Amino acid sequence: MAITREQVEHVAKLARLALTDDERDRMVEQLGAILEAVSKVSELDLDDVPPTSHPLDLVNVLGEDEPRSCLSQEDALRNAPAAEDGAFRVPPT
Amino acid sequence: MIDTLRLTAEEAIALVERGDVSARELHDAYASRDDDVHAYLTRLGYDDARGIPIALKDVIGTKGVATTAGSKILEGYVPVYDSTVASRVKGAGLSLLGKTNTDEFAMGSSTENSAFGPSRNPWNPALVPGGSGGGSAAAVSAGLAPWALGSDTGGSIKQPAALCGIVGLRPTYGTVSRYGIVAFASSLDQVGPTTKTVRDCALLYSLIAGRDECDTTTVDVPEVVLPTDDRLDGLRIGVPRELNEAEGIEPGVADAVKRALELAVELGASVEECSLPRSVEFGLPCYYLIAPAEASSNLARYDGVRYGLRVDDDDLTELYERTRDAGFGDEPKRRIMLGTYALSAGYYDAYYGQAQKVRTLIIREHAELFERFDVLASPTSPTVAFALGAKTHDPLAMYVNDLLTIPSCMAGLPGLSIPCGLSDGLPVGLQLIGPQLGENTLFRTGHALEQALAFDTVPERLR
Repeated sequence: MAITREQVEHVAKLARLALTDDERDRMVEQLGAILEAVSKVSELDLDDVPPTSHPLDLVNVLGEDEPRSCLSQEDALRNAPAAEDGAFRVPPT
Repeated sequence: MIDTLRLTAEEAIALVERGDVSARELHDAYASRDDDVHAYLTRLGYDDARGIPIALKDVIGTKGVATTAGSKILEGYVPVYDSTVASRVKGAGLSLLGKTNTDEFAMGSSTENSAFGPSRNPWNPALVPGGSGGGSAAAVSAGLAPWALGSDTGGSIKQPAALCGIVGLRPTYGTVSRYGIVAFASSLDQVGPTTKTVRDCALLYSLIAGRDECDTTTVDVPEVVLPTDDRLDGLRIGVPRELNEAEGIEPGVADAVKRALELAVELGASVEECSLPRSVEFGLPCYYLIAPAEASSNLARYDGVRYGLRVDDDDLTELYERTRDAGFGDEPKRRIMLGTYALSAGYYDAYYGQAQKVRTLIIREHAELFERFDVLASPTSPTVAFALGAKTHDPLAMYVNDLLTIPSCMAGLPGLSIPCGLSDGLPVGLQLIGPQLGENTLFRTGHALEQALAFDTVPERLR
């Protein structure tokens, strides 16, 4: 297998996914098969090839630092599952 | 009587401009049609727009109208602002017919990953319409919209257009703003038109394309030329062996493409075989590392705090984990896991880093071919539409649907799919790939072939 159950559990923790036992079993099997297929990229010797993060040749441009209107606090909170006093409400941490 | 099955967008515009029908009558003609292919997740009434209507894939953010991306984690989410493409089509006077079905977060090739149930193929409702933009393609094919917008990461506009027998354009990366679009893989995602004709496609592209200060990856776009020429004199078409002879291409699909290329020669084009030695062989593995890696990062925002679903818990970490487990379906979970793994310490160089280098190779191979050719041609999809449920239990079998569309997406190139014939009574798509910003060449090529092919886009069972 390309990925172990322990690795699946570690990755699920990193990704903040509370997978059920069944889901973990399936992930071991399915991710294993997918990883085996995508590992094909390692067949190529690409030491001298630069990586591409983006398909366009873009250069950074700087804009004027001008204030402009943005979402109101009310709008920004409109879809929040829980809000209080103009803030997103979460359990105490 | 407005025949929504046959009417092109261009004809619809003429009807409204001449005053033969009002914008409201036109909207109502589409909106009152029974959606028996589940093209829509939300349908909307007429809203005082002056122009013809349009349908938008449900990854396109629309102010005041639910936008779910086909996911339970966004059920009930109502954007408080318009995406740039939504505001541009509204600005052009178009009325919104609704939001169309999609695989969850645009991850899939059949719409079967939608949390709200699959769409169906108007040619045969037992078959899939393709995906992820199957809802938009089914809407246009079934006369439920004159045209629609989709989004394409690895084939989600072109492949459903092919399977539903209509026209789809994935524009050059950077030509259409991604501001306000639900993000999947940001270096690949691109919005584009799904239409009945190539001229409609060019027209809709001209409405949405162009630089947007809200999306730093947008570029200036050459003026769009609506195609008129029936000839292809002087056009050089390259036929990459690996895209045309790949394992899994159905004989009926290969035959229809071959006949279309023979027609191209009759119209004055030159057609010559060429090669993309590594782009096809390594394109799919490269895509299934880069797209999930970007997705795992983009989907980190669904945490049950700012919008969308929340599963409450006294502990914040548990709240995140339980919300994400309850809200995401199987495919997003698989891709989040795969992407997180490919980006994690110890594996980054071997997987994600290596895939980024493969991407450079793919870009170079395509660039070399465009020194000799104006357009590259191949089937859009290896197969015609397949049965619902046929591939849902094997993720890898589903991924192979995008084998032929993915390489040019990795290179950021535009691709047009036009219907070029039938195989087993089902539509076959011809994929035309252009160089960066080569949309006008694709429109010219697609239009001339479309005239010569005279394909009837109305599904046989609906005629």
